[in-house]
Amino acid sequence: MSDQDITGVAATSFTDEETQILKILVDMIIPASDEYSLPGAADAVIFADILATAEARHGPVCAALSALDELARESQDNGFTALDLDQRDGLVVEFRRLHPAAADLLATITVQCYYRDDRVMRALDMETRPPFPAGFTVDQGDWSLLNPVRGRPEFYRKAP
Amino acid sequence: MTEQPIDVLIIGAGASGAAMAWSLAETRMRIVCLEQGDMMKPANYPSAGRDWEARSQAEFSISPNQRQLPVDYPIAEEGSPIKVANFNGVGGGTVLYAGHFPRFHPSDFHVKSLDGVADDWPVDYATLAPHYAENDRMMGVAGLPGDPAYPGDNAKRMPPLPLGKTGEALAKGFNKLNWHWWPSDTAITTEPYDGRDKCINLGACLSGCAQGAKASTDITYWPHAMRAGVELRTRCRVREITVDEDGMATGVIYYDGDGVEHALQAHVVVLACNGVGTPRILLNSKSIAFPDGLANSSGLVGKNLMFHPYASIMGVFDEQLDGYKGPNKCIRSQEFYETDTTRDFVRGYTLEIVRGFGPVSTAISGLQRNKIPWGAGHHRAFRSLFNHVAGMVAICEDLPEEHNRVTLDPDLKDSDGIPAPRINYTLSQNSLKMMEHAIARGSEVLRAAGAHDIFTQAPISYGGWHLMGTARMGTDPARSVVNEWGRSHDVKNLFVIDGSIFVTSAGVNPTRTIQALALYIAEQMKQRLANLFD
Ligand SMILES: Cc1cc2nc3c(=O)[nH]c(=O)nc-3n(C[C@H](O)[C@H](O)[C@H](O)COP(=O)(O)OP(=O)(O)OC[C@H]3O[C@@H](n4cnc5c(N)ncnc54)[C@H](O)[C@@H]3O)c2cc1C
Ligand code: SF4
Repeated sequence: MSDQDITGVAATSFTDEETQILKILVDMIIPASDEYSLPGAADAVIFADILATAEARHGPVCAALSALDELARESQDNGFTALDLDQRDGLVVEFRRLHPAAADLLATITVQCYYRDDRVMRALDMETRPPFPAGFTVDQGDWSLLNPVRGRPEFYRKAP
Repeated sequence: MTEQPIDVLIIGAGASGAAMAWSLAETRMRIVCLEQGDMMKPANYPSAGRDWEARSQAEFSISPNQRQLPVDYPIAEEGSPIKVANFNGVGGGTVLYAGHFPRFHPSDFHVKSLDGVADDWPVDYATLAPHYAENDRMMGVAGLPGDPAYPGDNAKRMPPLPLGKTGEALAKGFNKLNWHWWPSDTAITTEPYDGRDKCINLGACLSGCAQGAKASTDITYWPHAMRAGVELRTRCRVREITVDEDGMATGVIYYDGDGVEHALQAHVVVLACNGVGTPRILLNSKSIAFPDGLANSSGLVGKNLMFHPYASIMGVFDEQLDGYKGPNKCIRSQEFYETDTTRDFVRGYTLEIVRGFGPVSTAISGLQRNKIPWGAGHHRAFRSLFNHVAGMVAICEDLPEEHNRVTLDPDLKDSDGIPAPRINYTLSQNSLKMMEHAIARGSEVLRAAGAHDIFTQAPISYGGWHLMGTARMGTDPARSVVNEWGRSHDVKNLFVIDGSIFVTSAGVNPTRTIQALALYIAEQMKQRLANLFD
């Protein structure tokens, strides 16, 4: 969303550690792209939207972040934020395998917020507005395509 | 607190309840409708905000178990591969429906005579035809006459929805194979109609139409019914129907929005709570006279639940299609609708074309299917799918089987302490073979249309949006719950008018037929007012 949309977003109740884990993770889900001149999901505006959105699902999101951090501690003897890039990559694969619902939840919130950011929408040739009230235009299409079907005899089954 | 008895009490303000309320209003009887949900505010629908896709997956989710709003009741559905989709509010399921609005075919009412399966209906197409027409006028239907898959009808239609890029691509595929297709009849306005504006292609029909173009009954029947004197009370959740010592219904006990219990007495009670909500109330209305639940001497209340197993068949196109723009529906094919004895299943299905998806749905589906990776590859993969995915769903006729049923869960309850419905449902061999056939044919037409990377799901697990059969109609009280005009065989002032009374499901969406039946039953009641309980 635009900067304007996120002003006034209340501070979230995630701890600094949880916020940090989430930020690293969303950057791994959708990193910035030079090729398409796109921000990543950890961009300040987008991440503020992600945090505010995650707040509505606070319990399940905290559980998912904690599952990821636990996994890091079990397999790497270190919290997720302390891992290096390679370690994180490997761990995230494992996280998605062992906790698919938790990974889906975090990915869903990420894409929900990412794809309503002005810059991202513009890059996709989308207008930066809600569908209503302006609506969209859809072509009529070529109705002559129906001609062969119009010529077909009735083929419904007669009732007794 | 008990108030004066009213004439007619309708429970549920959805597709059928609204039609009944409007039709009976001309009698000038005192009619009250109790609805557990709220009156809708279209300006609050998701499409009015930038977060429309997120909200359509949250408080406007099609699953009551996901929404978990105060007006929703939970459903124990781990015993079913297909999960219930509904909406609890004025308009009922029509608030979220896609508005795909086909009629049944004449043959759909005679499956026993024609194919030796299930049962014939006690009414036929000709009986319902005038009520289809009346309902079409009230809801407003867009489409094109002349479909060779149907007999000519008396529907007054607005011009069809645009084909768009998606409809055109798929139409070419059907033409290549020489298969039938036709613009869908939809309950969506393509020109101003009855005070409603025309569709502006918001593309968010499944989370409520902020434009008012889609015919949900809160904006079609209800304004007319209320102007004619029907009283609609929201946030009133019925717990049970009460009876007297003669076995006649006396009214209901319900809870208001604050959880306060009320009794309301009525001379006639009409159930319109859909194929899950209606058996739930009947089964919960136990008394000495009706120890197995009300109207249940046949033992069939809750049994024969039919969903329509849906198969989804999607593909990726090289060219840009309509994506998130435009109503979800545009054309349909009934090439494989009627029974063909060379196949290994009876009955058939409709292929409904799906126009496309928004960016969030595209991303989520791509991530779940591992077609969009986490990490640097995300952007390229997303772009290959966004506005490039379209396809169809196959709506397969579900045949009634008694073991597919709604019962009351012994533990799970709603916020008022009313037992939740439990669903036990298994897919029949016939349904499995039909879905397999639909996937093969759907893939064929997608390939003919130029699609690649075809992906399928069968059944659509969240696709229990058609709820039918759980209080079936019939002439034999041992084999049915209500008679041929919707009146309970056991309780002579109790009527059921929603999808529960379906005998079979046909291979098309049910709402146009549910409403035509409700109008037909209302007509029967009006004609028999002097001797309604004989
Ligand atoms: C996502 C989705 C898409 C759909 N798409 C289509 C489509 O394209 N075409 C089509 O034909 N059909 C479609 N349907 C199905 C359509 O919505 C239903 O067939 C139709 O609404 C059923 O009508 P009904 O009168 O039987 O019940 P409903 O419309 O479900 O109405 C029942 C009402 O009863 C109320 N109620 C239930 N229990 C109680 C109680 N105890 N006390 C008080 N009130 C109660 C509910 O709140 C509800 O408002 C779709 C449904 C969904 C959810
Ligand atoms: S596409 Fe048309 S019917 Fe659907 S929500 Fe938009 S305006 Fe309403």
